[in-house]
Amino acid sequence: MSSSEDMSEEPTAQVVLEASGIRKSFAGVHALRGVDFRLRAGEVHALVGENGAGKSTLIKVLTGVYQPDDGELHYLGAPVSFARPAAAQEAGISTVYQEVNLVPSMTVAHNLYLGREPRSGFGLVDFRGMRRDAENLLEDLGIDVDPRRQLGSLGLGVQQMVAVARAVSADARVVIMDEPTSSLEPREVETLFELIRRLHERDVAVVYVSHRMEELFQICDAVTVLRDGRLVHSGPMYEMTRLELVSTMLGRPLSEVRREGTTAFGGDHETGSTALLRATGMSRRGVLGAVDLSVKPGEVLGLGGLLGSGRSETVKALVGLQSLDAGVIEVDGRTVRRGSAASAIRAGIVLVPEDRKAEGIIPHLSVRENIVLAALPRLSKAGIVSRARQDKVVATFMERLRIKASSPEQKVNELSGGNQQKVMLARWLAMSPKVLLLDEPTRGIDVGAKAEVQSLVDDLAEQGLGIILVSSDLEELVEGADRIVVLKDGSSVAVLTDSEVSVDGVMSAIAEGGADE
Amino acid sequence: MSTSQQTRSGALAGLVQRHGALGVLVLLLVVGGLAFDTFLTAYNLGNLAVQASFLAVIALGMTMVIVSGGIDLSVGSVYALSGVLAAYSARWGPIAALLVPLAVAAAIGLVQGLLVGRAKLAPFIVTLGGLLFARGLLQFLTAEGSETYLVPRESAFLQLGQGSVLGVGVPVLIVVLLYAVGGIVLQRTRFGMRLFAIGGGEDAANLMGLPVTSTKVGVYVLSATLAGLAGTMNAAQLGSGVTVIGVGLELNAIAAVVIGGTLLAGGMGSVSGTLAGVALLFVIQDLINQVGGFNSNLQAVVSGAVLITVVVLQTLLSRARR
Ligand SMILES: Nc1ncnc2c1ncn2[C@@H]1O[C@H](COP(=O)(O)OP(=O)(O)OP(=O)(O)O)[C@@H](O)[C@H]1O
Ligand SMILES: [Mg+2]
Repeated sequence: MSSSEDMSEEPTAQVVLEASGIRKSFAGVHALRGVDFRLRAGEVHALVGENGAGKSTLIKVLTGVYQPDDGELHYLGAPVSFARPAAAQEAGISTVYQEVNLVPSMTVAHNLYLGREPRSGFGLVDFRGMRRDAENLLEDLGIDVDPRRQLGSLGLGVQQMVAVARAVSADARVVIMDEPTSSLEPREVETLFELIRRLHERDVAVVYVSHRMEELFQICDAVTVLRDGRLVHSGPMYEMTRLELVSTMLGRPLSEVRREGTTAFGGDHETGSTALLRATGMSRRGVLGAVDLSVKPGEVLGLGGLLGSGRSETVKALVGLQSLDAGVIEVDGRTVRRGSAASAIRAGIVLVPEDRKAEGIIPHLSVRENIVLAALPRLSKAGIVSRARQDKVVATFMERLRIKASSPEQKVNELSGGNQQKVMLARWLAMSPKVLLLDEPTRGIDVGAKAEVQSLVDDLAEQGLGIILVSSDLEELVEGADRIVVLKDGSSVAVLTDSEVSVDGVMSAIAEGGADE
Repeated sequence: MSTSQQTRSGALAGLVQRHGALGVLVLLLVVGGLAFDTFLTAYNLGNLAVQASFLAVIALGMTMVIVSGGIDLSVGSVYALSGVLAAYSARWGPIAALLVPLAVAAAIGLVQGLLVGRAKLAPFIVTLGGLLFARGLLQFLTAEGSETYLVPRESAFLQLGQGSVLGVGVPVLIVVLLYAVGGIVLQRTRFGMRLFAIGGGEDAANLMGLPVTSTKVGVYVLSATLAGLAGTMNAAQLGSGVTVIGVGLELNAIAAVVIGGTLLAGGMGSVSGTLAGVALLFVIQDLINQVGGFNSNLQAVVSGAVLITVVVLQTLLSRARR
């Protein structure tokens, strides 16, 4: 989109939304300290920064969720202040917030049209019309889902696409997306980009937040970088290289960033000779066909496959969160009871789940409490919890994962989205398991912390843990894993070792896999 | 992958969850009809329906409140207060006897709604306050219950509770009408959609730009007004304002709503289920009477057991649907 005509057009395009000198603090935490932001018609504007830099807060100020402590907003040239999200929406700003902001108990169609349902006579909601509209909209946008399905029964990626569909269908002048791709598969990302291109053609301004650098360069025209609540850079995208962007975000010299490369995984690991965990013939009607896998101590096993291939279900089954019809799971040669989370934990298998927000964060407890929760038995003697040992564990992880919080006692729901992810990650890591299952461990985490998570995974493998890694970021999967089991339609179809562990290797295994059956 | 199979069993579970109360009700009617000659008679059922109508009206409002993720504990007190106000106002004519209690009830609902919706206080606490307030006001107005107001003998107001059209009691007709309208409001209007959205995810509803505050205020006004109407109907039926009624009635209403398949956590439910739930409570009570010889407390025991069974079933079913 950054073709040469665009470049010459950009500076003259109308400014639709402008924020100047925005300040916002929460009980002593300065989330924004005087930020300026200018959005022009038809541009795709990247808003980037580390976890906790203030991106989501800025978006919430722009859209009436929060009122700024200081500063001004101008929309279409006139000063405005949006008292509620509804006011911003009526003015033509529609937003996909970072958390999936839909109602899980309602259908897809309802979620698309809540608040603007088509009505027939007597002011009654016209369900048939609504379903038809929803079908047309989803088809037009290339999203494959039945609008009658209950939203909560769908995968996170599809839910996110529904949220995007709702935002773009509102016929807005500004569409804001806060990490829309955090739970999307590559194919869905393509669909999303196609949508964004169409918005661009219609001269709609788009604000785009993401921690995935390659996306920013693919789709964005302009970029604004925040660091610690301050504006550190704003300008056209083409003026920056990827490394420059990363170094501006992190506030570290270019040379240092260059040295670190794309992922922070080390090389292969010393692995033990006998399997630590072995699963054979895991199956569940309609979910898993036949999955076999094993992990040795010190090994990182990757699970490859497309959306719906059964990766998350496989790791859930290993910890007893997905019931199985058949299959044997053994740790150190001892059989673990199928479908029992308690016996999986006792055997030392721990899962960091994909949907960390829904599956485990306890919003009103502090960062410390959330981290030590699962590790309490290990940190206590005769039922008495040692506070000193707790503090030590918490301090280690907060530093290692760079969790940005005012103190360990801050409530976890006051943290930025990415920092909440890190807290959950810390909770499971603190359990010091034998086998660690990581489902999308770096989702929603900024580049700096991503590297930390990756090197932490490496360290853990070095210490002799068996690790199973699921990641839709192929590069991360390939660089992190020593061996990859490829899943297709709920069955394991290939095992890649040594030199086969490559992006191409995984792709071709997915393409060929199961064809000969 | 046989996802169709999964959705089919999920749909079945959903069906049972929504219409389970109706199923059990039909079963009990058949069993009761076979066992007792006096059970399935127009006279007995007509009587039962009139008795059940007051709770039914209250439970309708409660359904909407619970769907929105709230709770209204004040309805029993508002019901009793309204009855006394109706009996008192009947001296000024039937219109006053109807409007005075409704206006007072709506005002109580408005205050509760503002406290819940605008001041964002917990509905449990706010409506518990409403319960005490209304009951206290009632005690004050009747000088601790020592004063009883009678509806004038010839007042047309009495028809609201005692009249009948084509052999069907007026209270029953009112219930039928209200549930028809209530069903449309909940399932087919934007207001209803908002209730489901707020109950299913209040933050999301707010971020979607739905008018959360006014919807909440509206639903508490509605609930209190319906409780007021139920009290008014009751006064018309009894011909006087009775101060001791309605104690714990809010719990019966909640029980009926939950038995009817409405999720106590909000976001899911139906008024038809609630109607079946109310009917079920009264049919159980009547069947126990028919058997005879039991302590009347046994009714509460059985109702309680039914409630727990339903809640356990609901939980299991909603797990099966995942
Ligand atoms: N409601 C709140 N109460 C207290 N502090 C808050 C609140 N919301 C945000 N903050 C703080 O403000 C800062 C900025 O948070 P924000 O959510 O804007 O970050 P972000 O840039 O969106 O990060 P991420 O990439 O992790 O989503 C963080 O330090 C966070 O802890
Ligand atoms: Mg954020």
